[in-house]
Amino acid sequence: MVDFALPPNSRVQPGKVHKAPAGAKNVKVFKIYRYDPDSGANPRLDSFEIDLDACGPMVLDALLKIKNEIDSTLTFRRSCREGICGSCAMNIDGANTLACLKPIEDIKGDAAIYPLPHMPVVKDLIPDLTLPYAQLASIKPWMQTQTAPPPDGERLQSPEEREKLDGLWECILCFCCQTSCPSYWWNGDRYLGPSVLLQAARWILDSRDEMTGERLDALEDPFKLYRCHTIMNCTKTCPKGLNPAKAIGAIKEKMIERRL
Amino acid sequence: MSLKSALGRARGLGSAKEGAGHFWGQRVSAIFLIPLSLWFVTAVIGLSRVDYAGVKAWFASPGNSALMLLTVLSVLYHAHLGLQTVIEDYVHCEAKKLVSLIAMKFAVAFLAVFMTVSILKVAVGV
Repeated sequence: MVDFALPPNSRVQPGKVHKAPAGAKNVKVFKIYRYDPDSGANPRLDSFEIDLDACGPMVLDALLKIKNEIDSTLTFRRSCREGICGSCAMNIDGANTLACLKPIEDIKGDAAIYPLPHMPVVKDLIPDLTLPYAQLASIKPWMQTQTAPPPDGERLQSPEEREKLDGLWECILCFCCQTSCPSYWWNGDRYLGPSVLLQAARWILDSRDEMTGERLDALEDPFKLYRCHTIMNCTKTCPKGLNPAKAIGAIKEKMIERRL
Repeated sequence: MSLKSALGRARGLGSAKEGAGHFWGQRVSAIFLIPLSLWFVTAVIGLSRVDYAGVKAWFASPGNSALMLLTVLSVLYHAHLGLQTVIEDYVHCEAKKLVSLIAMKFAVAFLAVFMTVSILKVAVGV
């Protein structure tokens, strides 16, 4: 059966408490998941009291402040700090989102920060994303054609055909949706997951791609595609406001369209 | 331990080329069951007021017994598809999965035959 409880060596223990500097008036507590594979110890939840008057507005600002000023061993991915690279995806206040786009003031009470759920943890807030990256590669996320490209220009697409890709091309592959999906938690080894299926839809719906049938063939599987039960966590959590559930629905529609 | 590459694991055994029929069957039977369930509830409320002779007379009408059979078989078909999904979702031990899928299919098949015989018995039997 599916395991609903964490194994004993993954259970989170209480951690260290870092007090706010004396005189701080606007204090917020950040409770952050810490795990160091080299120590052999269980993961723990450290508390950092941060003076918000001396901190930027976003959760990523607080994480950088902690790393720079309090505990330099805190480990997390970040790069662009403006919601375009997808590196700082993590579970903040119970929902997967990008730390750089999540305002601290939107969090009521203590701010709980964990890595993306149900992935192996490399260290602290860094999940091992090897599997979703391999799943992305498996759907061949590039244009495949039989017709040679025109010698004198690009492959053309009408404005209407191009519009079909809106809501798909904007995905930054942060895997917030992928790791929010219970179906992916239970069957991630075989179910491709919402972000990979959104990418599959992006190529299935591209008028310039000529391998639509082969792409649908590769997805027609009880596990790869049909583990999606329209739970919609993906759409609810997407920090870019995209709708992976709708993209998966479009693939399922195409599957029926070619049978009827 | 496996040294298989991540892409090798993600590609796995490839596509089973199956699933669209299951998906379509589940949707169509669900739509089918909306009017059938409403009819079934109305029929059962009506039948609760009559004795066995009345029920037999009601079932003797081919329209009533046909609709009752259709309702029962649609429910079982829909339940079969749904239970298969639940087992595939949550049972991860391959042996247990296989046994529970086969047992579930057998139970549904038995119920389908049993209910068909029962309905026909009331409709045309003595």
